[in-house]
Amino acid sequence: MTNPSAVPMVGIENVDMRYGGAEGTLAVSGLTMAVKKGEFAAVVGPSGCGKSTLMKLVTGLYIPQTGTVSVAGERVTEPVSIVGMAFQNPTMLPWRTTLDNILLPLEIVEKHRGRIRTHRKEYAEKAEHLLETVGLKGFGSKYPWQLSGGMQQRASLCRALIHEPDLLMLDEPFGALDAFTREELWCVIRDLHFSTDVTVVLVTHDLREAVFLADRIFVMSARPGKIITEREVHFPRPRDLEIMFEAEFTDVVHDLRGHIATARAQQAEAV
Amino acid sequence: MAEARPKRDFTDLAPWIYTITLFALWEAASRGLSLPVYILPAPSVVAQSIVDYWPAIWKNSLQTLYTTLVGFALAVAGGLALGLLVGWSRFIYKGLYPLMIGFNAVPKVAVVPILVIWFGIGTVPAILTAFLIAFFPIVVNVATGLATIEPEMEDVLRALGAKKLDIMLKVGIPRSMPYFFGSLKIAITLAFVGSVISETVAANSGLGHMMLAAQSQFNVPLVFAGLVMLAIEGIVMYALMAWLEMRMTGWAHRSGMNRQ
Repeated sequence: MTNPSAVPMVGIENVDMRYGGAEGTLAVSGLTMAVKKGEFAAVVGPSGCGKSTLMKLVTGLYIPQTGTVSVAGERVTEPVSIVGMAFQNPTMLPWRTTLDNILLPLEIVEKHRGRIRTHRKEYAEKAEHLLETVGLKGFGSKYPWQLSGGMQQRASLCRALIHEPDLLMLDEPFGALDAFTREELWCVIRDLHFSTDVTVVLVTHDLREAVFLADRIFVMSARPGKIITEREVHFPRPRDLEIMFEAEFTDVVHDLRGHIATARAQQAEAV
Repeated sequence: MAEARPKRDFTDLAPWIYTITLFALWEAASRGLSLPVYILPAPSVVAQSIVDYWPAIWKNSLQTLYTTLVGFALAVAGGLALGLLVGWSRFIYKGLYPLMIGFNAVPKVAVVPILVIWFGIGTVPAILTAFLIAFFPIVVNVATGLATIEPEMEDVLRALGAKKLDIMLKVGIPRSMPYFFGSLKIAITLAFVGSVISETVAANSGLGHMMLAAQSQFNVPLVFAGLVMLAIEGIVMYALMAWLEMRMTGWAHRSGMNRQ
């Protein structure tokens, strides 16, 4: 028997992904990375480095031309429903209440869609509980446009988590928020990760966010994207926001910044 | 601070103030310049004409309303169906788009003679002209609503294993409803244009026919009476569609919903 922790939650091996046929843009090339089960991984890089492509490869929305992508030890050949996703734009449906927005994935996922009508109460309780954990208790009956941007983003996290995914993919979910709301949400996601065994992959521009939240950080090069550095972050958990003002923390951020600056310089030369 | 006396807000009265002013100016102009009745009859003369010819006006108004509404209903059914179809697939969209532009570019008055050859003079060509002219904005609006689904939303659902039908039912169709109900206001006004065009060219009844007959007898006040009746029918139907829009897709008009 193989040790289950030896099988990575996300395994990407030597993947090339090209858009628009043989002559199209090469978005990622020779991409290789592995995220362990239960880990919090962050992917940082200059803009246009194919971070969003990475999201789509892992969720099975794109199938790579060469190389393999596997999630939970299984090769990805179609969309994988054990993944939850959240984006910079909360994309709540304005005609549904917040609660109904959160329940939306359950109307889709094979395992739940047959049960949602008959067991609605049970699911609604679960959604209420999730809302409580992100600090939105009692807001389920509000419409998304009655919530602030930060509140909508919290609700969008609930929607990503409602079907109890093993893997949570976050594409710059805090990018459009003000600094204080962002810090609050860092703590929300930190606590969610700490209290469950969900694996998180966070794509971000914000190095401090990556260092504060992640166990492992991947730095991507400019297009075509590949991993140029991978480093582990060993600050003990649970982490407090205060660690961001410590010298050690700043050193890690500074080091990452150097790698990205190099990647950007190479991109500028290539152009 | 001095106590501010609450000012009366005239905004709600504005439509009445403007309308009454327009008619007053019109009345004043045609009397003051003593314009002959066959050039520009005063509103009072038009009103008198409405009273005098009421049975004929009422019958023809009902006929026009009938052809317009039947044509409009067909346009709603057909436009909604084709809009969903066009929004469903890029292939259908690409294929039908130039054809639809072509159909829309043809002036509908040019189609009436063909309709008359096929269906004879009367109600059917009027209904079909109303249908043809009102159909296009509905198709375009429904298709636009479907085509502008946020890609992230589609990704979220597709990653969960959603089929095209799921995405359409859960996101696409509800999303296109404000566009659809918005287009009804344009479509109903165009439907009146369609039926009146057809009545003017080839009919034995309807406001269009009545106005043409009145014009040939130099009964200008009756022509204007027809115009006024058309305006009233148009405004009433428009208001009905606007009310329906608010009623069905209030979520898309957020400012009006922040009551709770």
